Order: sequence, then C-alpha cells, then structure tokens
Amino acid sequence: MDLSTDICGIELSGPVLNGSGTFDALAARRVFGDSLIEDFPFDCYVSKTITMNPRPGNPPYRLWETPSGMINSIGLPGPGLDGFLERDLPGLAGLGVPLIVSVMADQVEDFEVLVSRVATRDEVAGIELNVSCPNVHSGLIVGEQPSETEALMKALRPITEKPLIVKLTPNVANPQEVAVGAEAGGADAVSMINTVKAAAIDPGVNRTWLGVGAGGLSGPAVRPIALAQVRAVSASVGIPVIGMGGITDAESALEFILAGARVVAVGTENFRDPRAGSSVTEGLPAALGRRGFGSLAEAQAASLD
Amino acid sequence: MSADSGGKPGRTQAPFGRRLCEVADSRPAGGYRIFTLIDEDGPSPGPGQFYMLAAHPDWAAEGGRPYLPRAISHARVSGNPAGGQRLDFLIDEVGPGTSRLAAMSPGDACWITGPFGGRFSLPRQLNPKAAGAVLVGGGIGIAPMAVLRRELVDRGIPSRSLLGFRDREHSGGIDELFGCEETRLAFEDGSSGHKGYVTDLLLQILEGDDSGSAAVYSCGPPAMLEAVRRICLDRGIPVELALESPMACGYGACFGCAVPKADGGYMRLCIDGPVVRGDEIATAMAGEPAVG
Repeated sequence: MDLSTDICGIELSGPVLNGSGTFDALAARRVFGDSLIEDFPFDCYVSKTITMNPRPGNPPYRLWETPSGMINSIGLPGPGLDGFLERDLPGLAGLGVPLIVSVMADQVEDFEVLVSRVATRDEVAGIELNVSCPNVHSGLIVGEQPSETEALMKALRPITEKPLIVKLTPNVANPQEVAVGAEAGGADAVSMINTVKAAAIDPGVNRTWLGVGAGGLSGPAVRPIALAQVRAVSASVGIPVIGMGGITDAESALEFILAGARVVAVGTENFRDPRAGSSVTEGLPAALGRRGFGSLAEAQAASLD
Repeated sequence: MSADSGGKPGRTQAPFGRRLCEVADSRPAGGYRIFTLIDEDGPSPGPGQFYMLAAHPDWAAEGGRPYLPRAISHARVSGNPAGGQRLDFLIDEVGPGTSRLAAMSPGDACWITGPFGGRFSLPRQLNPKAAGAVLVGGGIGIAPMAVLRRELVDRGIPSRSLLGFRDREHSGGIDELFGCEETRLAFEDGSSGHKGYVTDLLLQILEGDDSGSAAVYSCGPPAMLEAVRRICLDRGIPVELALESPMACGYGACFGCAVPKADGGYMRLCIDGPVVRGDEIATAMAGEPAVG
C-alpha cells in the first residue's frame, strides 16, 4: 500500500515521525549500532530542542510513571547551537531520512539566530519552533498567546524559505486560536500536542516527586486530549497538522489522521519499544485496509467527514 | 577493549527493538523472587549491564500501571540446553512493575530490550596494582555483584564479597547466587553474621589490607552506595558503583535517568552508566529524600 506523503513540501516515504525529544538517534546508534540505520523507525527525524547555549537540564528526579503514561521534567539538556551544529548535525544527516531541527529561545533575537544558522545547513529540511518558553521581555509564554505567536512568526518568516513548524501546547483553552496566529504569521505547519502540565506527589515523603516540582504528561493518557485538539485545530487552519499524543500503534495513528492530522509522530511509546515507529508503519496498511482505504492519501482526504 | 572512556571492557551491543522471551521458571528466594527468561537470540551480557523488562500481555492492564518497562540487572546468565541463554533476575516487589514481573509463571512471556549500559571493569583496569576485588552488595543489589563474582572466578581473579541485608527476609538469593566461600554477611537486625552495616565490614577489610592494591565494586541502596563511595574516595581506593534511577527507555532516548557528575552537569545513567567510577559522580543519592 502506498504510504508516501509529504509535510509542507518535505517528501516522506511514510507518515511516521518522532516527537521532538523522544528519540536520541545518536545515542541509539551508539547502543544499537548500524542496525538502527538499516531499520530506521521514522520517515522523518525531529531533533531534540536546540537552545542558544548549552543546558545541563533539570535536577533529578525527572520522571514519574502515571496510569497509561508518564510525567517528565527533563529541562531541555543539550549542547547549545554551536555544539549541535558542529558535533550532532553531521551524525543526524546520516540517518537517511529528512531532518527537522527543533529550536527554542526566550527572546525573538535568539530565535532569529537559531533559525538563520540552522536553516542555512543543507542537511536540514525544516525547523520546528518550540514556543513553550516565556518571552523574557513580556513574561508571557509565546505559545499560549496567539498575538505573541503571530509576532514571532512574522519575525522569523523572512529568514528562510524552509518550512517553519510551530509546536503547539495543549495548556490553553483554545489551541486553534494560537494555530490561527501561527498561520497568520507565516507558519507552514503546526505540530501538536506538547505535554500536558502535570505533577506527581510522593506520599511516602510528602513531597513532589519531580526535581523541579512539576512536569509534562505524555503517553496514551493524553491521547483523547490530543485528538480533540487536533480536530479543532485542523478545522481552523489551512496549514497541515503533525499529530501526536499517546500514539502506540497503527490504530491510534489512524485516529489522528482521521482527526485531521496529515502525518503523525510517535513519542513516549519509543521508550517502551525502540522500534515503535516501525511497528506503527508496519501496521498501517492493514489498519487502513480494514476501513476501506486504498492508500494513506484516501484516509487523509477522508478526515473530518 | 572498546573506545569507551575509563578503560572499561567493551559493552555488549543490544539488538535493535524489543523481543519476547519465555519465562522458564519463577521461584521464591526469601522475601524476593528469582525468575528465569530464555533469551534465544540476545548477546551475552556483561556484569553490571541491565535489561528493560515488561510482562506480556497485560502490562498496564490494572489501572494503567505498570506502563513503562522496568530496568533490572540480570543476576546470572547461563547456557540454555535447547539454545540461547538463560537470564535470571532477582526481584523485590516494591511497586506495580516489580509485582507484575514477580507474578509471571513458567510459559508466560516477557518483553525485553537490552542488554544496555556498560559493564564493570576488571580489577586491573580499575586499579593497575589490584591484587583482587572487594564486592560490596546490599539487598537486591547483590544481583550484579553475583554476576561479577562469577566472572572473576572464571578468570581466576581473587575476590571477597561483603553482603549486607536488613534481615533474613531481605537476604533472598544469597544461597542460590553466591557461594559461601570468601563471603561475609552483615544483618542490620543481627539475625546472622555481623550485626550492623555492610560498610562496617568494608572498613575492617580496608584497614587490614594495603589499600593501594584494592579495587572495590558495589551495588545496593543509594545510601549504602554513597557510604561505600565516601569510604573509598577518602582513602584513594578506586571504586565502581552500579547505580539505579527512574528510567523510561534504557537507551538514551528519554533523558530521565540524570545523575549529577562530579565536574558539573548530568550524565545519562542508561548509556553513561549504570556502572560509574566513584569519582565520576557528585553523589550516589541524587533525587533521594535527604537522610537525617
């Protein structure tokens, strides 16, 4: 069955991406060797979020298991822009699939530097903007404000012709308003959802379990939330949606396609099975066929019926 | 030798993806259980490496937990007459994941990925002047110590084992996994052996030895590991510790298993550990509630 597709001009052999920060391909290559490349589980690779300067990440503990999911407060550890471009990007370019680089900053000037320096690299097919950080000037979380999101996009849009994708937070009443702002500012796509704000209490010692007190919920526990928001957003904007939130298999991936997502991303399930992306892809022809679809494109066209 | 830093023997590379293994046996061991998986295709793991385990099916069936696989070091590896290898795991039922694993019966199946992480060094790699090894295990942490001890015996390298437990109930596995030779026991409740902490035994041994020829290995509860680490660092004795941390994936994807490094920042325990040198980390108790 034909699973080929595209996302804002990036040609893909299939519709399965990874969620940013849920699969470190360089670490996985070290652990699994060349079989990772021969059997790469995604049709497009999204990097973890890159920031201007190196970040150590949050103090432990960073994880807490919940019913059908987990809370994380990792804190975006990473090598910073220079370290990423010098050390990580060459390795990621060898994965054999298109590469989307996720970036985050707390002021528009840094976003401009990140986007311009990442976009000029031929290895990079597109850029995802992690807008879940407060703007140091306004104090507002960019991705929670339609006007802030639109203003950021208008500043970044002239820098590159490569696709710019806005990662939407679910922690707003109406994510479609933010999506409309992103589209008005010139975004090529939105990806959603990011994690849902969450906390965990360890009653044994009467404290929050996570080192920084709270974090983000992911896994199948958030899937119904993600599906509702993907439906609302895809009905409100003309740009494509990259859908994610608790996808574990082809059936749940198809739920997102029918909710209006053009392609999907696997996140937390990667932790349970390093080949989860491949499992989704392998199950798609049967899942599509059971519902009478002859191709992925037919299901994409049938969404929101 | 691999190119890994620290002169550790090469790590065994894991097959990509998870695989279903048959449960061959499950038996009580004091207050713990030992279960055996038949790993038909996996490579032979080194001492200190670990697997991610999830019972099949119905993992996450009861109230959505356990959801994530559990990181557990093997306690023994042996050949399987019908092919492949037998992996023994020592398990303490402390939550929904370990309880579900302990409930598996022969004939059931279990998802595994791994072996992950790096292994313990050999004594001469840890300390070029090492005359032998001192193994310090506590509670469930005796599992990787048992694997290391077997390897040292096979290689003809002398070792002494010091094992500490709260009480008899929490000493399950010693009879099956450890022989009695060159093994000393400590029980906090005084039910047998030395009454007190296993670190008391370590201090006795180090006082009687030329500490310049010592190489210490340890696995156990965080407070015990930190005490062992301090004892060794204070005396300039090379020590390797197998740590534990909340961990979702085991292969570097989730960034959850952060352990603070001595020189700042964090390491990912799954790929940079779980075996660490005592001087590599800032503490073996990161994230633990402060102990008064």
